[in-house]
Order: sequence, then C-alpha cells, then structure tokens
Amino acid sequence: MTRRRSRAVLAAGLAASVLGLTACSDDAETDPVAAASDDTLVVYNAQHEQLTEEWAEAFTEETGIEVVLRNGNDSELGNQLVQEGDDSRADVFLTENSPAISLVENAGLLAPVDQATLDQVPEQYRPASGLWTGIAARSTVFVYNPDELTEAELPASIMDLADPSWQGRWGGAPGGADFQAIVSAILDLEGPDATSAWLDGMKDNATVYQNNIATMKAVNAGEVPGGIIYHYYWFRDQDGTKENSGNTELHFFGNQDPGAFVSVSGGGVLASSENQDAAQQFLAFLTGTTGQEILGTGYSMEYPVASGVAANPALPALDSLQAPAVDPSNLNSVEVTDLMTDAGLL
Amino acid sequence: MTVTSVRTPRSSPPSIALIVVAAVLAAVLLVPLGYVVSVVADVGWGTLEPLIFRPRVGELLVNTVLLVVLGVPLTVLLGVGGAWLVERTTLPGRRFWAIVLVAPLAIPAFVSSYGWASAVPSIHGLSGGLLVAVLAYYPLVYLPALATLRGLDPALEESARSLGLGSWAVFARVVLPQLRLAILGGGLIVALHLLAEYGAFAFIRFDTFTTAIVVQYQSTFAGPAAGALGVVLSVLCLTLLVGEAAARGRARYARVGSGAVRAAVPVRLGTLTAPALLALTALGAAAVGVPLASVVRWLAHGSSWSQPELPSALTQTVLLAGGGAIAAMLVALPLAWLTARHPGPLARLLEGSSYVAASLPAIIVALALVTVTLRVLPGLYQTAFTVVLAYVMIFLPRALVPLRAGIAQAPVALEEMARSLGYPPLLARLRVTVPLLVPSLAAGAALAGLGAANELTATLLLAPTGTRTLATQFWSQASAIDYPAAAPYAVALILLSVPAVALMYAQSRRWGAR
Repeated sequence: MTRRRSRAVLAAGLAASVLGLTACSDDAETDPVAAASDDTLVVYNAQHEQLTEEWAEAFTEETGIEVVLRNGNDSELGNQLVQEGDDSRADVFLTENSPAISLVENAGLLAPVDQATLDQVPEQYRPASGLWTGIAARSTVFVYNPDELTEAELPASIMDLADPSWQGRWGGAPGGADFQAIVSAILDLEGPDATSAWLDGMKDNATVYQNNIATMKAVNAGEVPGGIIYHYYWFRDQDGTKENSGNTELHFFGNQDPGAFVSVSGGGVLASSENQDAAQQFLAFLTGTTGQEILGTGYSMEYPVASGVAANPALPALDSLQAPAVDPSNLNSVEVTDLMTDAGLL
Repeated sequence: MTVTSVRTPRSSPPSIALIVVAAVLAAVLLVPLGYVVSVVADVGWGTLEPLIFRPRVGELLVNTVLLVVLGVPLTVLLGVGGAWLVERTTLPGRRFWAIVLVAPLAIPAFVSSYGWASAVPSIHGLSGGLLVAVLAYYPLVYLPALATLRGLDPALEESARSLGLGSWAVFARVVLPQLRLAILGGGLIVALHLLAEYGAFAFIRFDTFTTAIVVQYQSTFAGPAAGALGVVLSVLCLTLLVGEAAARGRARYARVGSGAVRAAVPVRLGTLTAPALLALTALGAAAVGVPLASVVRWLAHGSSWSQPELPSALTQTVLLAGGGAIAAMLVALPLAWLTARHPGPLARLLEGSSYVAASLPAIIVALALVTVTLRVLPGLYQTAFTVVLAYVMIFLPRALVPLRAGIAQAPVALEEMARSLGYPPLLARLRVTVPLLVPSLAAGAALAGLGAANELTATLLLAPTGTRTLATQFWSQASAIDYPAAAPYAVALILLSVPAVALMYAQSRRWGAR
C-alpha cells in the first residue's frame, strides 16, 4: 500500500516538475532570441552597450531589422564564440579591441566582409584578410592628477611605469579587455621578454582597479597619482558632469611609444550565421556615414575610422597622436592572458 | 496527541520509483562537483599544477582564508550578542531592535557594497571587504541564535546560578554551549556566502577566489585557469562543510521532561543599557543606514528614474526567479519526502549530496553549466531552463529545510485515518497531507525565489541573450560608476527582498517558541 501511494505521489510530482520546467524553458518573455523572429540579428556585443544600442536603434529604423545584444567582455565573448563554434547563435561580433576578433578569425569562424563595406574603411584600420573590419578607434592615455604629478614628472614612455620609482603611483584595470589590448601592443612592439618584465613591474607598482572608469575616479580623488586608460572615458566625463575627471589631465605618450597605441574596435560576421544578408547590412551601416557619425556626434567620443567622418571636435586629431604602427591582426590575446596570468595579474 | 506520534516517521521502505527519482535529482545536483573533478581529469595535473601553485593563488588564498577566519567570528559576535540583547535582557525597545538587527538581510551584499563605496570612496581591500560582508551577513547567525535562545529552558540556567555561578559564567558555561548548533550552522552559512560572494568584493577591489575566477572567465571564457581556481575554491567549500559536520558532535540539545518551558527572566542591563543602545544604533546605522542613505541620495539625483529597462528587468527577474522557486520546490519535494518519511542510509546519502552540491559557489555552478550545456546539451545552452537549473542547484537548501520540517510535522496518522474512511491513497494524500504542507511549501518557495532574484554571478554567465535582471542591470550600471542609474535597481532589489526577510524572521520566532 505504502509503495503504491508513494509511487502515485511521485508520478504526480515528476509530471508536475517536467511540466514546470518545460514551462519555464519555453517562457518566451525571458528568452528574447527564442521569441524573436528568425530575421532578428543576434549581436555578441563587447562594445559599450550604450553605443551599440544607439547603432542598433538607428539601424532598425533604417532597415526594419530587429537587433538583440548579448553583452560581455571582448575576451569572454571571443572565447565563447570559439567554444560555441558552428552552433553559435551569434550573427555579428563587435569588439572594443582587435585581439578578441582576431581570435575568432583565427578559429576560422568569420565570413568575408562585403567588399563594398571594406572599401569604406582605410586599410590601416582593417586586416588584410578582409574577414573583419575596424568600426571605431580609441587611444591609450595616461590620466593624472596635477596635484600629485607635475608635467616634468610625467612618464616619457609607458615602459617607464615598470620602474621601481613608480611604485604605488599608478593604476590600471588589467582584468579588462582594454588593458589587455594595450599589453598585446606592448607584446607586438617590444617582444615577450620585455613584456613579461613590464608586467612584473606592473604587479609591483600598480593599484588594480575594476575598470577604466574606476581607475579615472581614483586618480580624480587623489587616491593614486596616475592611471592608464582609454581617451574617451575622460572626454565623456568632461562633456558631462566632470564628476570623475574634474581634477585630472590627460597625457598622450605620442612618439610611436607603445603607450600611444591606438586600438581598433572590430566588427565581423559569423560564418555560421543564417542571417548573412542582414549581418552584412549591419556592418555596412556601422562603417557607413550614419553609423560613423553616431561616433562623431553621439555620446561615445570614440574615433570614427571610416567613410571620412570627422571625430568629435573636442578630441585631438587621430593622425596627430603619433601612434605606433601595429597590425591589428598580429595582436595575440591568448599569449597576453597567459603572460598576465604568469605575472599574477589575473 | 503526543509529540512522539507526530514526530516518529513510519520506517517503511521507500518505493523504487521514489528512490529512482530522488537519485536522478541528486545526480543532476552533483553536476557542478563532477565538473570540478573533470577539470582535474581533463586538463590534467600537468597543466593544472602551475596554475594552482603560483604566487597569485597564494595571495587569493591568504585573502580568502583571512576573510573567513576573521569574518565568521565577527558575525558570530554580532549575531549572538544582538540576539542575547533583544531576547534575554531588559533593553528598552527590544521588539524594535529585534527587527533592526535582521533588516540588513533585505539589502543584497553588492548593494550594501555600492552604498559604502559611494559614501566612503576610498574603501577597499580586506578591511573594506570585512566591513561590508560582516554587516551584510551577521543576520544569518542572529536568526538561528534568536530562535535557539527563545526555546532554551531557563531552568538550566537557574540551576547553574543556584550552584554558585555568576551571570557571565552562566552565559559562557550554560547558554553558549546550547547555542553551539546555531553558531556552527549560521557560521557555516556565513562562511559559504563569504566564499561565494562576487559583487560586493569586486566593487571595492578585494580579490578572493570567486572574484578572480570571474576575471579569468572574462579573459578566457571557461578556460583551464578559471577551472584551476575553481578546484581550489571547491576544496575550501567542502572542507568547511565537513569541518562543520565534525564540529557538531553528537551531543543532544533537546529538552527532556514534562511541562512547558517558562519564559526566562530578563537580565538587568543597568548601567550597561546606554552602551548597549549605542552599539545597536551604530550597528543599525552602518548596516542599514549607510546603504539606504546612499541609495536615497542617488535617487534624488534627478535623472535616476529615467531607466527604460526597469520594467522589463523587473518582469524578467520575477519570471526567472519564480521559475527557480517552483522548480526548487518540485526538486525538494521527493528529496524531503524521502528523508522525512523514510530515513535511512540512502536518504542520508541523497540529502548529503544535495548539501554538497549547494555548498559550491554560484560561479562554479555557472562554469559547470556553461561547459556541460555547450559540450553535451547544446539545446539547453543559453536558455532560461539552464538559468532556472542553476537557481535550483544554488538555492535548494532554502527549499529543502522548511519542506522537510513541514513533512515531518504532518502526522501520518491523519492520512491513514482518511484512508480508513475509504479515500484511495493518492486522494488521501492530496486532501490531507498536501494542504498541511502549504505553509512550508510557500516558505521554501519564497526563500529560494528571493535568493534567485538577487543572484548575480550565475545569471551573468548563463542568461539567454538579451535577458536583463534587476541584479545584472544594477551591476552593469554600478560597475560603470553610474551611481544614479543604479539606484532604482537597488530600490527594486531591496523591496523584493523585504517579504522573504519578514518570513525568515517570523519563522525564527515560531521555531523558537515551539
């Protein structure tokens, strides 16, 4: 009797759990991808959410194609795409920096970008392979607090920051893809031994922050005299409340120094996408006049790289920055994370 | 009806179906542990060894161990001290303070960290981590201590006094030993929370294993370095679990004898009243006042409420957390039934495995499910189902504990009576036993669901593309240092937590009064 009773309750319970769980998994409202029509473009987005949302809205308005974003970090989404392989639901991948998209390119997962799109972008901002294209650019800068550092004390090269004299005097966000891209430029320009030594110096000298904004905020508050960030965080804050940058200045390294590295943000179409047409349209839109003007006039403060669109007038001209020549397809994210793991920064 | 007939379960053997279902569920719950073992097997010790034995892991180990070694005693001190003050002394306004002391539980630790970071921007490192975590988690000791103190028989203390012990000696030698289970159990939960916490520590630059795993994940996705750190973290968690079980000992704490427990005579605080009130005020201000003041300050910032994503984040949070709560109850039901009605080695094994599974931090559960769904079950990858499954794995004990108590308290005799009156067995169970379980089902579902609504790490890693919950939206705004934009999400998270905290508080009072 007990046995029959238990079995009956259990059968009921099991049926209910199966029903309950499938009900949850079919829940359209919690899964926009499943709910959306097949035409919806799935973008794995490592660019700033706000910027890509501006892009996506304008694109939807122009073409009627809906866009959903999966937001994450460059390396996270890049590695995720590699692990997902052909099963990925992504149609387009947008990065903040090129190493992550090179990773996906090297795994053979990208489809060639339409020639018409490539023609909109000058050669130095895209790889020779034509498998992805630059969509924006950002410059490395040293943000500093003039109360703590005089102009004469500023580092001439980013490499100086590994010197013991800089102990406790600068900060950065090594966990972020931006910083890792800067390290990849150092690796490309200075080689593995110098990079390794520089990272060891950073481990001793630098205060580690969660991201660029937190670094800038700490410099602004006088917690640390200087920090390595990208230019647009500072210009955005200056354009707004100046709450996190009012007490700071920018120092551009220039002089083809690794610290003057200009990082190219990439966009590519996944070869496994069943939405090739819409995906190519999206890249064409981003690199076209409307897409680039959103960079030039919108909140972003990143540099436009295509269609001859001018940068926000508040920014120094991109060609005045004396950036070192770095081929974006050479930047290696795997070796960088390994070196940073060895140095104990990750 | 005597107490014995209610409590003693019939030790009939469980049905095969029950065993199979419970075993399958327990096996699913062990997937994260299996993942940790497979990382070691897959990646191989050769690759893992340099990733584990490196200075960075040493730093993380020092940070994490110090956090637990210093944090747990502090939470015990605050939790037990607070409970004693409001339960056993002449402190003015005891009912008010009893509620103030539990209130921090309604503020998720990462919201509290955001509050502190915006009030004191320079807060960071071990001291900052300790401050935020101890203030956020001491109620986890306070609640069981409150319940235990309430249920203690004052006769024991009176005997000790009559044998010549003073007040402090009575507290140390009679009261404290009886609080052992509450302290150990609460301490274990605090320690596991400390090991699993991500948001609160990441926000104030305090690196633990969990924050380092998230950073590694963001740099390499589910790579071997993240797995290696995960192995060490899992070992820490399991060590705590085993250590707590061993420290419990075999002593018995139940009161024997006839009659009801008298109310204890409150200890006169006298000149200590003012310092005690001052201490409680300071604690309340630090644990509740500072975070709430920061949230209110940012809300007043004007632009703060123009968050178009807030309604959809609220809907998605409620749907996902609700799914998690229902699923957790459905998984808990057979496990709780088996342990309450058919105790034995098998039941103990299955129950034990569910606790082992739940002791692993959310980041490990998330890494395991990312890996398993990607490699083995691609159909489930990035689906709401996987998020719900993660919530079940993380929050099952919250569902299991009240449900098991509920089943144990539902007299078998009532069901048998119904059957003797001609009801078929299933109907008897549905009509008689299930209604008795409604309160414990509701309690378990509320606790699991509210845990899920505040969950950050697993949701970040597993959520379907385009999904935003209150916690992930809060996190994305707060970590971009957009404090005003994060504030409305903080308010929503706090308001969602209040009912669960009220429920836990009510339960601790009821258990104590039993």
